[in-house]
Amino acid sequence: MDLTVIILVEMLYAVASLILISAGLAVVFGMMKVINLAHGEFMMMGGYATITAVNLGVNIFLAMLVIAPIIVGLIGLVVERLVIRHLYGRLVDTMLATWGLSLFFIGLATMIFGNTTTGISTPIPGFAIGNYQINGYNFFIIVVAVLLLVGMLTILKSTRAGLIARGAMQRSDMAAALGYSPDRIYMATFFCGSALSGLAGAVLAPLVGLVPTSGGAYIAKAFITVIAGGPSLIAGLFSSAGFFGIVNQVFTFAISPVIGEVALLLAAVVLLRLLPQGITTKFFKGKL
Amino acid sequence: MSLNRRNFLASTAALAGASMLPRVAMAADTIKLGSILDTSGIFDAYGKPMDMAMRLAVAEINAAGGLLGKQVEVVAYDTQSDMALYSQYGQQLARQNKVDVVHGGILSASREAIRQTMRKTKTPYFYNVLYEGGVCDRNIFINGVTPAQQVEALVPYAMAKSGKKVYILAADYNYGQITARWIQKFVADNGGETVGVDFFPLDVSDFGSTIAKIQSVGPDLVIAPLVGGAHLSFFRQWAAAGMKDRIALASTTLGVGNEHKVLTPEEGNGIMVAYNYSQELDTPANKAFKDRWAAAYGDSNLIHETAVSTYQGVLTWAEALRQAGSMDRDALIAALESGLSVEGPAGRITVDPKTHHAVLDVHIMEFENQGMKVIETLPQRQPIDTQAVCDLSANPNDNTQYEIEI
Repeated sequence: MDLTVIILVEMLYAVASLILISAGLAVVFGMMKVINLAHGEFMMMGGYATITAVNLGVNIFLAMLVIAPIIVGLIGLVVERLVIRHLYGRLVDTMLATWGLSLFFIGLATMIFGNTTTGISTPIPGFAIGNYQINGYNFFIIVVAVLLLVGMLTILKSTRAGLIARGAMQRSDMAAALGYSPDRIYMATFFCGSALSGLAGAVLAPLVGLVPTSGGAYIAKAFITVIAGGPSLIAGLFSSAGFFGIVNQVFTFAISPVIGEVALLLAAVVLLRLLPQGITTKFFKGKL
Repeated sequence: MSLNRRNFLASTAALAGASMLPRVAMAADTIKLGSILDTSGIFDAYGKPMDMAMRLAVAEINAAGGLLGKQVEVVAYDTQSDMALYSQYGQQLARQNKVDVVHGGILSASREAIRQTMRKTKTPYFYNVLYEGGVCDRNIFINGVTPAQQVEALVPYAMAKSGKKVYILAADYNYGQITARWIQKFVADNGGETVGVDFFPLDVSDFGSTIAKIQSVGPDLVIAPLVGGAHLSFFRQWAAAGMKDRIALASTTLGVGNEHKVLTPEEGNGIMVAYNYSQELDTPANKAFKDRWAAAYGDSNLIHETAVSTYQGVLTWAEALRQAGSMDRDALIAALESGLSVEGPAGRITVDPKTHHAVLDVHIMEFENQGMKVIETLPQRQPIDTQAVCDLSANPNDNTQYEIEI
């Protein structure tokens, strides 16, 4: 019984962390069709921003939830102004440019923080469920992921800014004709996407040992989740993260963590064979 | 001037002779020590302190008058954590710089990339890193601890402190696989039982499900030969789940790159390890070594296991050269095979003539407030794993890395 609860929590945690890892990419890729290969490095910078802030004496939750997203968002803003905005609509060129950026950020982080592992400990103690101990921080990640999805849904669906953003993504020429500057909207969207990546890196930082190359570990999973999700931003994110998270954990518990990762990749291959455009072309069609 | 063949040959020969002169002169008054280490890139946390240790040892040798009346000159290459550069710079050291000895290599892959070059060019090679054991080659000398030396000491201590049921979490490559086998052997030898073994690729950083699985099995002790930055997450998540006070934890790798200074005291305290060196080693030799290091580099924080191994490797080579009394490779090897010992910061190191590995002190330690507190010292442990497969005195032409069957 206790084990069932633990497995359930671990599954929710796996789904939540996939949602966190992919949210920033979903905004940048899903909405703007920019393939940001530096996504993992944005997360890495979120982690370093958190650790630096905590070491300077800032409250850890403030550092994770406010400071890191803002810093990474601002970095994203600079990147958008200097590089990305010249490359909208040129898929392959953005790939090359953002890959270069990712190497640049790894080098920069190595110069500033050195090539050693750093980290902070989790702010929430573990607690017992029956005979089992569980990491209390898992619940925090689940809560953050839920709030993130709800927040994104609310903004995109019920605010004017969300409506304008969605409009500009669908038909930028019409949005421009109605008096909105697509250039500005893209800029703001890229800022939000980067901030979300920063948030993910920050929230996951206490669980890992951070090195400048840490970003590489996230990028593949993030792309798989976003691409398998399909055209609907939030429904796609939720459904593919849910599917992959559960597949991953079932095989992890049944066999081993390595098989869990393999199962995730196999599931992605099969899924994309059956639904090449992503889950949300068949299910939750037309949803946000 | 007309240029006929005789004139041409004479002048080029003279030129070539002249250009060789300074080299010959140089080779006559210095001894060249080649060093090949990753002092940049992802392994620089290991490589930088090793380079510092090598230079410190050479500076001390030179300050004391050098070797055989000559100064020692360092020829160092930075391999930038790139295995391809090892073969290139290894060739350069041996064939172009014609060094008299090579110290270096960090990962087992880097050692294997240059070992054959050194053997072919008859350049004595010192590999100063703890590794998985089994290399049998008359041209190489290895002074890091091997799994048996470490595990043989660690397992009985850790089991006595916790209990008989052991769970193993290991890195999924030859080091982790081989070490896990040794752990299983020594657990069985000490009357215990291995209740689970899991292997993890080097990039796995999420251990939540593993921690739950370990609890469902309920061992008394977890032994973790995990490697690298991503695997450090395990120790974090273990502490975050509140497991630290419930199940004892030991490792054969944690702390080699000073990881105990990255973990907070709450995360690290009580983790059991066994190595040849700890900064907290309370001996006059270690105190003096730390003072000399601090005098050379500001502070002694960076010293770690493989840095001390490198320092001891250079000392061993220097002592052998003094005893051999000449630069001849066979005389050097004969001196090393005479059961030669040196006293290093981590105690006495003796070259085992049969395997060219080291007989050394192994210290059982526990993490305490970001240091490694020495609990017990097991003096002069033999490299029994390599001894089981390798005998260079009976078979001097051996040139294999054995996979040791247990």
